[in-house]
Amino acid sequence: MPMTEQATGAHHPQPRPRHHGSQTSPIEHVTGAKSLIRSLEEVGADTVFGIPGGAILPAYDPMMDSTRVRHVLVRHEQGAGHAATGYAQATGKVGVCMATSGPGATNLVTPIADAHMDSVPLVAITGQVASKAIGTDAFQEADICGITMPITKHNFLVTDPADIPRTIAEAFHIASTGRPGPVLVDIAKDALQAQTTFSWPPTNDLPGYRPVTKPHAKQIREAAKLITAAKRPVLYVGGGVLKARATAELKVLAELTGAPVTTTLMALGAFPDSHPLHVGMPGMHGAVTAVTALQKADLIVALGARFDDRVTGKLDSFAPFAKVVHADIDPAEIGKNRAADVPIVGDAREVIADLVQAVQAEHTEGNKGDYSAWWKDLSRWRETYPLGYDLPENGQLSPQQVIQRIGELAPENTIYAAGVGQHQMWASHFIQYEQPATWLNSGGAGTMGYAVPAAMGAKAGMPENTVWAIDGDGCFQMTNQELTTCALNNIPIKVAIINNGALGMVRQWQTLFYNQRYSNTVLHSGQDCEGNEAKGTRVPDFVKLSEAMGCYAIRCERPEDLDKCIEEANAINDRPVVVDFIVHEDAMVWPMVAAGTSNDEVMAARGVRPDFGDNEDD
Amino acid sequence: MSKHTLSVLVENKPGVLARITALFSRRGFNIDSLAVGTTEHPEISRITIVVNVIEALPLEQVTKQLNKLVNVLKIVELEPAAAIQRELVLVKVRADNETRSQIVEIVQLFRAKTVDVSPDAVTIEATGGADKLEAMLKMLEQFGIKELVQSGTIAIGRGARSITDRSLRALDRTA
Repeated sequence: MPMTEQATGAHHPQPRPRHHGSQTSPIEHVTGAKSLIRSLEEVGADTVFGIPGGAILPAYDPMMDSTRVRHVLVRHEQGAGHAATGYAQATGKVGVCMATSGPGATNLVTPIADAHMDSVPLVAITGQVASKAIGTDAFQEADICGITMPITKHNFLVTDPADIPRTIAEAFHIASTGRPGPVLVDIAKDALQAQTTFSWPPTNDLPGYRPVTKPHAKQIREAAKLITAAKRPVLYVGGGVLKARATAELKVLAELTGAPVTTTLMALGAFPDSHPLHVGMPGMHGAVTAVTALQKADLIVALGARFDDRVTGKLDSFAPFAKVVHADIDPAEIGKNRAADVPIVGDAREVIADLVQAVQAEHTEGNKGDYSAWWKDLSRWRETYPLGYDLPENGQLSPQQVIQRIGELAPENTIYAAGVGQHQMWASHFIQYEQPATWLNSGGAGTMGYAVPAAMGAKAGMPENTVWAIDGDGCFQMTNQELTTCALNNIPIKVAIINNGALGMVRQWQTLFYNQRYSNTVLHSGQDCEGNEAKGTRVPDFVKLSEAMGCYAIRCERPEDLDKCIEEANAINDRPVVVDFIVHEDAMVWPMVAAGTSNDEVMAARGVRPDFGDNEDD
Repeated sequence: MSKHTLSVLVENKPGVLARITALFSRRGFNIDSLAVGTTEHPEISRITIVVNVIEALPLEQVTKQLNKLVNVLKIVELEPAAAIQRELVLVKVRADNETRSQIVEIVQLFRAKTVDVSPDAVTIEATGGADKLEAMLKMLEQFGIKELVQSGTIAIGRGARSITDRSLRALDRTA
């Protein structure tokens, strides 16, 4: 049945800019549902991922007539939520997802929590039972505002249709300003059905919401002084730099100071991987150089980063010699995990731009940092402990090599979305990220199943870019149904299943910490209906499964076929492509800082503790 | 561990109290006492929270996290020396013909009130700071406390300044 534009897959590349003028549009007499769709149009939402159902049904009627809002009918609300996240991460705009009340809304909980942890601007719109029925345990009723209170930046329950335009405007404003985050708008069915008036723009009523973006000049000067006085500084760059679109400013600051840069998992692409000042990713599976640079630094300049436990390792032994300059738009992050010597509250772009000026002023006065001894150490570590891997001795495909070749053979401006686990870490290690917004992953929440729907959302928002989902076979089995959505809506993503037949990261921990007892991590083991051992069978057959969902699918098992398979996948752009890479199951992610231990204990490979020449330094 | 009294001005909207208490519980902060009421402005409610602060979770984290709630307008810590703090206690004490006069004497010493009398009990209303009420309850314990109900602490700063003024101006701007 021809519905709205969703069937054609037509893309609306230019959202209408948000209305800022003082002109108010003429009053329209509409239903609450129409008011909602009009609000989405005016606020510039060009793509909505969702599934209709009873309570949200009224909204889907005017949605059918909208030429400015494309609705993508997903197969599971979790897919809608991650797609909206992928869309937001790739485009920088607010992602929008929609679901009905009760189970529809609760299925959004995981992606909302995910977006909250990674500060993704997201607006989730849910239908709610009629206002008279709220609180009566009505059919498909769930208190989604109560449920999502701890995992949203803010949420709203709308029962008066007159509140719809203002609430939508406020939701988009809150989601996209300050520290971005998810906002849920729950709208009672009777509010959608009732007659109301619509005019735009509404007046925001948010007296308690005043994010600070302009950094304090004195703190900036203080930070610049520390930077030029330091001997071993590190710029510790987090996702906030990408969110603030401050990558150009960051490059200027880095080159001006000459300080090494480390980009967290959430910040890959904020600073070119190929840049000589880049020392890699820090953290549990970070580069030895980046981990050690932070450990031995005398100054850490944290920009839009939050000293997450995956970065710091055991907190009380993290970076014991470092003074800390901590710049973040969220004041609550400053001093939360690590005390800051110079706290700076502000938008990363303004902070970095001001820091550039302040450092220049220091240089003019003859105060320039000398980091040559520091770079001697850093360069030695970088040469001695580069990221690397061994090829499997049995001739099987190496998962790291698969991912590396995908990156090397990918067209320009390719966007990557990863699931969670070993393949995610390898994708962070062995693909070069040179541009912002080309790496999407679930960093804070660690949501398995993120890759396919997030790639779908990214491709819907950036149809000209190639989008590769780097997924594991465990993750893929959580959300692959969205490939159907991709096939039916002209969203031709590419999926690499790094298929090791196991929940690889958990298996790695069992290898290292549980005496190789592989409890419930082998995905294709068990007994079939006749009681026969089923290990080694290809259940499910990902090629057949993907073909059934309208994708082009191939399997790659031998290293000699690797490039050919990737090139074949890259050449097909008229439908989703899935490549099932059968890889060695014992490959492990290195380097590694075991959970709960100090970053001083970083292991470059199994049983290999780097020699930092500590003795020479003393 | 130290106790701090926070006055939190919030928008008078449904669910705001739940947002605040849920924030305390999920971030691991301890609420010692809580009192909510309207203010001189119908759009603003005032929540007085006495929070138990442990070293690992300093007060600064509490106030910063609270400030992030969109419905929170303003947070002021009221230092004991610069503020009036009051609690209300209603307590039902066992009493007979022998003990009743002793109880009434204690009530008078603490400038409390007897609000209900029955043949075997006296109900007392008392307001004051936490120390005074604790001292009074200790004196009453010997007679047998049958039932005790206590309000949360409310507090207001000394002097002419008002903490609601500026928040009201913020409300007016957006209205």
